[in-house]
Amino acid sequence: MSGEFHDGVVKALSNEALRGHLRRAMDSLIEKRLAVFPDSDELESLRHRCMGIRANALSKLPDLLVHLEARCEEQGIRVHWAETTAEANSIVLEILRSHRVERLVKGKSMVSEEMGLNHALEAEGIECLESDLGEFIIQLAGETPSHIVMPALHKSKQEIAELFHEKFPDIPYSDDVDELTAVARGILREKFMQADAGLSGVNFLVAETGTLCLVENEGNGRMSTTVPPLHIAVTGIEKVVERLTDVPPLLSLLTRSATGQPITTYFNMINGPRQPGEKDGPQEVHLVLLDNGRSRIFADEELQATLRCIRCGACINHCPVYTRLGGHAYGTVYPGPIGSILEPQKEGLERLGELAEASTLCGACGEVCPVRIPIPKLLNRLRWEGVRHDGSGETAGQGKRRKQSQALAWKGWSTLASHPALYRTAVKSASRFRRLLPQQLGPWTHVRKAPEIAEKPLRELAEEEGFSHE
Amino acid sequence: MSDARSHILQRLRAVGRAEESELARPVASHPWSREEKLQRFTECMSAVRADVHLTNEREWCNDLQQILMTKGARNLVYAPATPHGQILQSGLSSGDIELIPYDQEIEQWKSRLFDETDASITSCHGAIAETGSLILWPDETEPRLLSLVPPVHCVLLQADQIYSTFAEAVENQGWAEDIPTNALLISGPSKSADIAQVLAYGVHGPKSLVVLVLR
Repeated sequence: MSGEFHDGVVKALSNEALRGHLRRAMDSLIEKRLAVFPDSDELESLRHRCMGIRANALSKLPDLLVHLEARCEEQGIRVHWAETTAEANSIVLEILRSHRVERLVKGKSMVSEEMGLNHALEAEGIECLESDLGEFIIQLAGETPSHIVMPALHKSKQEIAELFHEKFPDIPYSDDVDELTAVARGILREKFMQADAGLSGVNFLVAETGTLCLVENEGNGRMSTTVPPLHIAVTGIEKVVERLTDVPPLLSLLTRSATGQPITTYFNMINGPRQPGEKDGPQEVHLVLLDNGRSRIFADEELQATLRCIRCGACINHCPVYTRLGGHAYGTVYPGPIGSILEPQKEGLERLGELAEASTLCGACGEVCPVRIPIPKLLNRLRWEGVRHDGSGETAGQGKRRKQSQALAWKGWSTLASHPALYRTAVKSASRFRRLLPQQLGPWTHVRKAPEIAEKPLRELAEEEGFSHE
Repeated sequence: MSDARSHILQRLRAVGRAEESELARPVASHPWSREEKLQRFTECMSAVRADVHLTNEREWCNDLQQILMTKGARNLVYAPATPHGQILQSGLSSGDIELIPYDQEIEQWKSRLFDETDASITSCHGAIAETGSLILWPDETEPRLLSLVPPVHCVLLQADQIYSTFAEAVENQGWAEDIPTNALLISGPSKSADIAQVLAYGVHGPKSLVVLVLR
């Protein structure tokens, strides 16, 4: 492990309170999900169908995007395309400037986290306020989300109470969840009223009807997309589905997989700005489609499955590594198993390839994934891409994790294992000279003893016992 | 930024894909009777602390008044150009509840809507039994914020307008052919579990959702 990730891991593992808190939170999410899928046949047939819906959409991705754009424009939604996050930020900034926006209120959007949008806009003097309760909390704390569905999952009730008390000293201290929620409600309702623009993410885009679908429980997404005169939605190019009838099964699987809810409080389908005669809704709606490495992921037939993801977070909730580390240790926008396949591809294997190694390959993520992304298989694939040196393949940073010493060791092993006489000699000498072998084996022996080599190899013991050669 | 558009599409198109066979799209539904659908709807709504009241065309106005008084609402925002709006104008007998019409653009009365209203009433476009959801298609007469800003949201639902699943509603109501500017599913009052996974109601939207089922 390299510096940044290693430090994050050490820090997370030494935080006993965080570990206990995460364990309880994950256990409860796992239980809730189980309870809402009582019929495993129904679950499997729904997973099969939703995998098909997402795979079908990806198989027609360029055509669907063009169709979506045409339908949106017909309905008055302006569509923008961005290759990079910097481009996406400048598109948003330009729209906001042309409307003289000073205050922006945000619904939850992981793509805006990916863009680093808040920083980009604040540097230009635009107030950017997160309105999802979890996002609001971490924005107050100056932190980043530790989970893609529950961004403030790492914070205890007491920590949030202290944070509110520090930031809003006029409001009496309380660690009652209802009271804390009421405080946030009061502050944010004012902000919704005053905001010049609202920004949101998108859960599904429907090509057939030009629809932006938003899934939420709080109502902040509806506030952000309905109250201010301008609404900007930012999302990845992979979020599109072909038909409106693809939405009900996906929605059902998304909310049940994510939080164990049969459905969220609000499912909001936006088809355009305020029409003549309508009394509310934004006057303008813009949709920013972000690539940021997705088209490159798309190019590899196997890795393309990464783009089926509907961001439910089930893989995260079931991951033994995430449960011990939490989201911050990963140092990326998307943590957990999905982050460990998505981020190295987005940011390059050179920088984040080691995330593909932050897995025990236990398989839980692949088993719960609602769209059956073979995450363990893709983790393995990315490990290989990191050391591959045949020059083909699309993944950024391919071969950058290859180390001469490791390559030599594997080569040596391969030679030994394919030459029986050589192998026998090596094993025999290892047991004869076992006391001369090093006891310190780098990080392995920091927390473990070096493996003890037996006095005699198995082959010799077997021969002594009278087993014949073959 | 049309460069970005052509670059992205170019990269996506460069990838050869075998033509997928047409996706099967069965419409999921349940063979529930009207009563079963109503029962399931009521159970799901109650599970998320929404109130479901069975009433009828003659009595709903009185029932609504009782409910609003219990909840301590002093006023009710409504859409005056709707049939139920007309009924309210003559039917709401108590002077204790002020009727506030949503008859102007939001910009004209934003702070009053946010700060001074206690309750609202809307119709709906049907409901979904499986998940306990109301379908709302806000429009010129019934604006979007009626169902979001006031702390108590009351909804009139015709009992025979309950579909078994979302897929069935989308199919039977022909959403794909005639989708409105904004379509909503509402499945309870606003809520969040963002603080320590403890469920709290009334985060940004209504703290209370009341469904009046007309039989």
